[in-house]
Amino acid sequence: MINNSLKQLSHMLASKQTSSVEMTQTFLSRIAQFNPSINAYIALNEAKTLAQAAIADARIAAGDAAPLTGIPFAQKDIFCAKDWPTTCGSKMLANFIAPYDAHVISQFDAVGAVNLGKTNMDEFAMGSSNETSYFGGVKNPWDFDRVPGGSSGGSAAAVAARLCAAATGTDTGGSIRQPASLCGFTGLKPTYGLVSRYGMIAFASSLDQAGPMAKSAEDCALMLNVMAGFDERDSTSLNHPKEDYTRGLAQMIGDKPLKGLRVGLPKEFFGDGLDNGVAGVVHTALLEMTKLGAELVDISLPNSHLSIPVYYVLAPAEASSNLSRYDGVRYGHRASEYTDLQDMYMKSRAEGFGAEVKRRILIGTYVLSAGYYDAYYLKAQQIRRLIADDFVQAFKKCDIIMGPTAPSTAFKAGEKADDPVAMYLQDVYTIATNLAGLPGMSIPAGFSNGLPVGLQLMGNYFDEARMLDVAHAYQQVTDWHTIIPNLDKPNLVMPKGIE
Amino acid sequence: MALNISDIKRIAHLARLQISEQEATQTLTKLTGILGLIEQMQAVDTTGIMPMSHSQDVVQRLRDDVVTASNKREAFQANAPKIGNGSVAPAVDGGLYLVPQVIE
Repeated sequence: MINNSLKQLSHMLASKQTSSVEMTQTFLSRIAQFNPSINAYIALNEAKTLAQAAIADARIAAGDAAPLTGIPFAQKDIFCAKDWPTTCGSKMLANFIAPYDAHVISQFDAVGAVNLGKTNMDEFAMGSSNETSYFGGVKNPWDFDRVPGGSSGGSAAAVAARLCAAATGTDTGGSIRQPASLCGFTGLKPTYGLVSRYGMIAFASSLDQAGPMAKSAEDCALMLNVMAGFDERDSTSLNHPKEDYTRGLAQMIGDKPLKGLRVGLPKEFFGDGLDNGVAGVVHTALLEMTKLGAELVDISLPNSHLSIPVYYVLAPAEASSNLSRYDGVRYGHRASEYTDLQDMYMKSRAEGFGAEVKRRILIGTYVLSAGYYDAYYLKAQQIRRLIADDFVQAFKKCDIIMGPTAPSTAFKAGEKADDPVAMYLQDVYTIATNLAGLPGMSIPAGFSNGLPVGLQLMGNYFDEARMLDVAHAYQQVTDWHTIIPNLDKPNLVMPKGIE
Repeated sequence: MALNISDIKRIAHLARLQISEQEATQTLTKLTGILGLIEQMQAVDTTGIMPMSHSQDVVQRLRDDVVTASNKREAFQANAPKIGNGSVAPAVDGGLYLVPQVIE
């Protein structure tokens, strides 16, 4: 059951081969078995979860089932879920119980999906390894010595280890796609504004976007059908007509389903800094695309090397503003001793935030401080336009862009934890699409030294359906997305405490 | 521009983050590295380029001037920070949030 697609799970429920309660219990018992070592979930509530499953069973029995009714999902702990702890991986919110549902959570609730629990993440989504979480790191299910990527590391490990049917994530600079690459599954960051940010704890509001993390493109399409849609409670939500993202999948069969598709290869994504093993896997995947009928086109994104500098101005600037709300007054951590109001703010924030979050608040405060606005923030917004314009030019020559998702496979825990700049380079191929607001996706394309490698797909605005079609066509003729880690393999060095 | 320790302390104060001498020193090294990365931007000529804040050409939506939010004070105040070391008393009283005295 654990390896079944969402469609298969839905069919099992509809045909009464199993119930939502039984299905949910299967995943809960896997979580009980493996989560103590993997640390993918940071909040579980069996009674609440099973009650939701029982309601889903009643709905199925009444003949009122939607495609995802009764299926158990993991929710990134960045989404407020009513009466659930919602911590965003931070000590600051360690005691916070959400008083309302995020839009994404209510969309899943509305179709009768089951919430298995909240998943671990880098603190306030700031990180590429899940090591900045207040609740500890997450093990990569392929090798427990390695990180799952981040910031959606808990959701990533939960999908890869089959501790859920699928999961949600958010992606500000690569936080869905990079962990999807490092853990070997399919993840999609939609067009900015397609999925409402309401109730999603803010990091960098002009870049944050929620999306599905799942076993296949088909599963992502089914989830996006539920997640996407206009929401007036998000001021940047786009009033885009509702689409069925599964509509083209069935046509992706036959001899050359990708005939006529022009795949752009940005030369900047294949140069220095790309691991040889990763490059080899990506080239093989591109060859497979040509066998399916696609044509490869050389393109250039000449300003893409500026993505990281621009991002590390804009994201910290927005974060320093967004995180100013954590003052120890209305919710969140408050220091136990203080002399006056200002001392209370300063101590509460110093105690509640971890080192990486503090660094980004300081960078953001600096670049926005008097006298520096034009040199940093304004300059970054101008270069952001140049980066977005590169894509406009590129999409005149191609229909979809492909390249590596991450420059390397999963790295060892601790390897980059003390070097922020090295860590930031993990997102060198993913950040440009966030800056441009474009959709991006990572799909499993093979292995290098036993570790998964992701192929990145970048589409034009609102072109998610085509990206999902292309990924689905690839997944019809390859089986990389079906290969799963062996959680019992003896060569794993198990973390302390569970020998 | 090179940062020094007093810059770090000034920025930390603006951000309302208490910072020790030792933290300030460590932060200086890391922030200098990050600002070095950011410095690459200065080589780009951006004369006349319109700054971009949103990928789509959108304007702020307006809505009808009607009440849309209901009073959820009790639910929200259930999350008020607890006062003191291990004390369970939330920092609210009579529906008001409690903070140290500001005005004599």
